[in-house]
Amino acid sequence: MKLSEWIFLGICALALGSTPAWAEADLKLPRERITLVAPPLVHAHDQIAKSGPKIVEFKLTAEEQPIVIDELGTTIPGMTYNGSIPGPLMVVHEGDYVEVTLVNPATNTMTHTIDFHAATGALGGAALMMVNPGEQAVLRWKATRAGVFIYHCAPGGSMTPLHTISGMNGAVMVLPRDGLRDKTGKPLHYDRVYYIGESDFYVPRGDDGKFQSFTDASDFLPKTLELMRKLNPSHVVFEGKVGALTGKNALQAKVGETVLIVHSQANRDSRPHLIGGHGDYVWETGGFHNPPEQGLQTWFIRGGSAGAALYTFRQPGIYAYLSHNLIEAVELGAVAHFKVEGKWNDDLMKQVSPPRPIPPDGIPQVKAN
Amino acid sequence: MLTLKLKRVMKTGVFAVSFGIASTPIVMSSSAQLDSVEEVDVVPRAFAYRMAGDFSQAGRPVDAPLVAVARTSVLHIMKQQVTAAEYDRCVAEARCMSRPSSGSSGPNLPIVQTSWEDATAYASWLSGKTGETWRLPTDEEWVFAAGSRFHDDALSVAASRDPSMRWLARYEKESEQEALDQRPRPTGAFGANEYGLLDLSGNVWEWTNTCFIRQSLDAMGKPAGASIANCGERVVEGEHRTFVTDFIRDARGGGCAVGKPPSNLGFRLVREE
Repeated sequence: MKLSEWIFLGICALALGSTPAWAEADLKLPRERITLVAPPLVHAHDQIAKSGPKIVEFKLTAEEQPIVIDELGTTIPGMTYNGSIPGPLMVVHEGDYVEVTLVNPATNTMTHTIDFHAATGALGGAALMMVNPGEQAVLRWKATRAGVFIYHCAPGGSMTPLHTISGMNGAVMVLPRDGLRDKTGKPLHYDRVYYIGESDFYVPRGDDGKFQSFTDASDFLPKTLELMRKLNPSHVVFEGKVGALTGKNALQAKVGETVLIVHSQANRDSRPHLIGGHGDYVWETGGFHNPPEQGLQTWFIRGGSAGAALYTFRQPGIYAYLSHNLIEAVELGAVAHFKVEGKWNDDLMKQVSPPRPIPPDGIPQVKAN
Repeated sequence: MLTLKLKRVMKTGVFAVSFGIASTPIVMSSSAQLDSVEEVDVVPRAFAYRMAGDFSQAGRPVDAPLVAVARTSVLHIMKQQVTAAEYDRCVAEARCMSRPSSGSSGPNLPIVQTSWEDATAYASWLSGKTGETWRLPTDEEWVFAAGSRFHDDALSVAASRDPSMRWLARYEKESEQEALDQRPRPTGAFGANEYGLLDLSGNVWEWTNTCFIRQSLDAMGKPAGASIANCGERVVEGEHRTFVTDFIRDARGGGCAVGKPPSNLGFRLVREE
């Protein structure tokens, strides 16, 4: 789109922004207000809808603050919804109405908005939600499609990739009203859900070879744009920072527990893999009315989308969940850890003989008990 | 491409073998006087040494044995880790590979992102310069000198047929430590231990010469059978003990590995009498 077209759209948005009061009462549906939680956790919700459609209220606040993206202290001007990267996962059911209040505090310096991939019309809502610092807007959209869909900021022009990549992206999970099912219609239930938002950052290095740090978006933009245009990220991370989901913040599960892992990548392709585990049921493209793929080793999240994978843990220990471009995982940061407790299953895997010196005549020596 | 050159170093009149990557300029040393290396003398004492490597009993992994060691000679060890400025002198004389771009900058910072090979090359250069024998410490010497700064890697998990118990215990143990900012800090920033050595177990892990070994133990915990050593992997000491491939300079991308990877790889040397 040309800049002039973006400006025209912005003017239309402002003109349409005011809604007559009588239109508010058009839906006679119950309301529910949700308090969002920071990823990787997800707010409490029913998997199978217990009642009819409702209007579900959420509030998102645009925040502009410097963020540290690795353990070297590399700082970039971050932009987030509610202070987290990714923004929080919102969960509703197909047929519900999502009513989002977007607040842009006066302390911010930039216009923000939000494009919901799950919504229909107005550039995902972005054309109706352009808020300047000091403003807020409320948008209601109908969740007509079941699946996991990203949302991201889209102010127009270079601001769209800059804001999205700087952290203003998240996802909505629209569950089928009767919950998740496999290809035969058998219900699938999860004991836990984790939301992992993957980010690609484009940070230049100085003459000394170290990553440069920035606190000002206007300083950062030309430098990061130069790298973005090469499509060559310096960091690929989960939850906004190298190591964010490791160590004390490793994800947890128990043997026998079924975990749903929602994975979004608002910009770039990713190939999640759970080392030591599998994707029992994977909605790779994110749409829940497509029967899930079964028994996968690695799945594909298209840039600009989200997917969901269901797995029942069967062995205790440490798992790594990563993007299986091993360079991105090991060198650029795209890895999370799971700590799983429970009983080891010898039937699934048993070390028949531990590493020991190769016997001279090839006959195995004493085996492990 | 690596090039090998023989050069006559004018001031000392000694032939010096130098090598370098084609893109790295080879600089003749000004042979500035080498500052004397600050040493600490750690006097003999008896101590308990946790061996390093993979130990098993009846085929199950167990903690390494704790052995009583009675050191009888003084250990002469560098008070601090080798600094970037010191290492640069070795680079200037083309005896050490130039630092990779992610290394530290500034003269009073420890040299980091160095491999065991880098450390060994530096030790060889320093020995030539000073006429002394400098080398990396063995793991036992490092632990001896580190005293209270050594972090025992024993897990105190009963031997089990369930391999996950040790993995989870090690992960928990290494996660306990606060995540330190990985940027190298000036010499002395992590303070001295009881013997006067600076910066042990800060955010720089230190190479030792000790190879990774695998050893099975009998029911009494004594070595049973020969140990297998892999000298392609050496013991690295710091906030926790680990084993790193000898040509690795940056172990930060632990990635899939179970446990926490070292933030920075550096070293200090011991001087043999």
